[in-house]
Amino acid sequence: MASTIAHERLVGGAVAHDAPGRAGFFGAVRSEFTKIRSVRSTYWTLLALFVVCVGIGALFAWGQTERLASIAGGTTLNGHPIPSAAQHSFLAQREAEIRSAASSISLFGLLFGQLIITVVGALTITSEYSTGMIRTSLTTMPRRGTWFAAKAVVFGLVALVTGLVTSFVSFFVGQAILSSWHVNVTLGQHDVLRSVIGGGLFLAVCGLMSFGIGAILRHTAGAISAAIGLLFVLLILSNFLPGPPSGWFGQTDIDKWIPFYAGAHIWQNQMLGVNPFSPWIGFGVFCAYAAAAIIGGLFLFLRRDA
Amino acid sequence: MLIRGVMPGRKESKMIEARGLTKKYGDTVAVDNLTFAVEPGKITGFLGPNGAGKTTTMRLILGLDRPTSGTVQVNGKQLRQLAWPMREVGALLDAKAVHGGRSAYNHLLCLAQTNNLPARRVTEVLDLVGLHEVARKRSKGFSLGMGQRLGIAAALLGDPSILMFDEPVNGLDPEGILWIRNLMKALASEGRTVFVSSHLMSEMENTADELIVIGRGRLIAQSTVAEFIAENSQQSVRVSTPQRGLLAAAAAAAGATVRDDAAGKLVILGLTTAQVGDLAFENGIRLHELAPAQASLEEAFMELTASSVEFQAGLPSDQRDAVTAGEVA
Repeated sequence: MASTIAHERLVGGAVAHDAPGRAGFFGAVRSEFTKIRSVRSTYWTLLALFVVCVGIGALFAWGQTERLASIAGGTTLNGHPIPSAAQHSFLAQREAEIRSAASSISLFGLLFGQLIITVVGALTITSEYSTGMIRTSLTTMPRRGTWFAAKAVVFGLVALVTGLVTSFVSFFVGQAILSSWHVNVTLGQHDVLRSVIGGGLFLAVCGLMSFGIGAILRHTAGAISAAIGLLFVLLILSNFLPGPPSGWFGQTDIDKWIPFYAGAHIWQNQMLGVNPFSPWIGFGVFCAYAAAAIIGGLFLFLRRDA
Repeated sequence: MLIRGVMPGRKESKMIEARGLTKKYGDTVAVDNLTFAVEPGKITGFLGPNGAGKTTTMRLILGLDRPTSGTVQVNGKQLRQLAWPMREVGALLDAKAVHGGRSAYNHLLCLAQTNNLPARRVTEVLDLVGLHEVARKRSKGFSLGMGQRLGIAAALLGDPSILMFDEPVNGLDPEGILWIRNLMKALASEGRTVFVSSHLMSEMENTADELIVIGRGRLIAQSTVAEFIAENSQQSVRVSTPQRGLLAAAAAAAGATVRDDAAGKLVILGLTTAQVGDLAFENGIRLHELAPAQASLEEAFMELTASSVEFQAGLPSDQRDAVTAGEVA
């Protein structure tokens, strides 16, 4: 009977019952950090994010140097000969083009990285539902707003740190490759630092937007599809709109509101062409979309049965 | 029945209290105007057939679901108003409510951190439930029994005064069942409130002190186990006679309830064996068999909840009544 269970263990020697204060945000943050660091999928997905971004950026940069190498060798990449009279100016022109887009080229991999962070963001919240952990979580921390905020903050910070590291490493690797043709840029040059930091910010906000969508839909596959639809499919659909700006229905008038275009100019300004929004304003629009998703998710989370 | 402050030196609010608790999912009423209270220092069995609303009630107590109307409080407050929820209430709702990729230790650690419980406490409860050897293993590889122990460890983390277990013995082997039974008794003997649900009367008969019985979301009975047995397991007399009609009429005239059992014998409720024998003698009825029969508690429970079972295996209603009568007799 009772004697089989040690009394002192049962009554919890390590638990103080008259502890001051109450369970709040910081405890929830520590808990969420433990959650995120204690499953292997976190490491695999974030490693995948890093490798894909840096790798694709490096590959893209290497492709540019190959292009210059073939021009210097007297042919285009397709092997067509370049008239020797035009060769020098053609090479200089290409070099200038690449140099002006050097930071965007090295960050090109982030285009694919956003897919991965989108998956991680959705999973952070939907895995609570798919595993049933949400019931245990909310029993131990029933103040839902606090719990939700802690989860979003911890994921946001992890995504931001991963995003910034990925963005900076992508930049340095890409520039090192471009430097073999002296078409690289440095962080000190105009807008370059903003682009690299912006790349990290963009990834973090992509993840948070997906987190909000996950909170709304509570279903992994649905949330990932919706987030990718918002980020990628809208982007593709916009290409089917009537071409050049024509009054209210011009492509650029609509494009600038598409989440990716609005948010990506902060790190991809050199390859996306002109956007009516300045990089920071556009990024603000992008953040507003993410905030809408998160607030919507929180609103439903506070009201629905878990 | 629910005398508050019956345990000397205890705050009278130390328990679970539901008032007019109702939960509807669309048109389906899962919990219907439940009013009950659970006292400390005892094991209170929460009994009802599958689908009666036991889990929903527990979810409402834990604030996972929002009641359509009515209130439920733990220690005089809603769960989300408690300063340190885990130090007051521990619950095992579903042993599978864990992330299988996380180790037992980290699972408990992340829960403990929400309530500022020291990591030392995680080791303590892992020892208590006997999972210390697999503490660093991912819980997806755990057996049902180990998963149940992990869920109980989580419930005990905050050393709470109120413990809730939803069907804790489901799928466990006899050893595991005994372990949980002893644990619950030990917890109750320390003055804690132990609220445990089951759909098996036999399990509650061995464990619980108090019973709250529900069916189709409604309160059917609330009493001690002893009272429940006394009130619901009726004495009956089984009679075999070639003059069935005569005896049935005589017994009915004497105020008894008469039924046919599955073997074609008469079952008379409300009279003793001696009274039935005398009645037969006075009326000149020949008896071939006269025997006392005690309906078991399991049968009493079946009868009590028969009308409230949500699905009765697709039997037409007339057959259903016949089956019920046969089971009770």
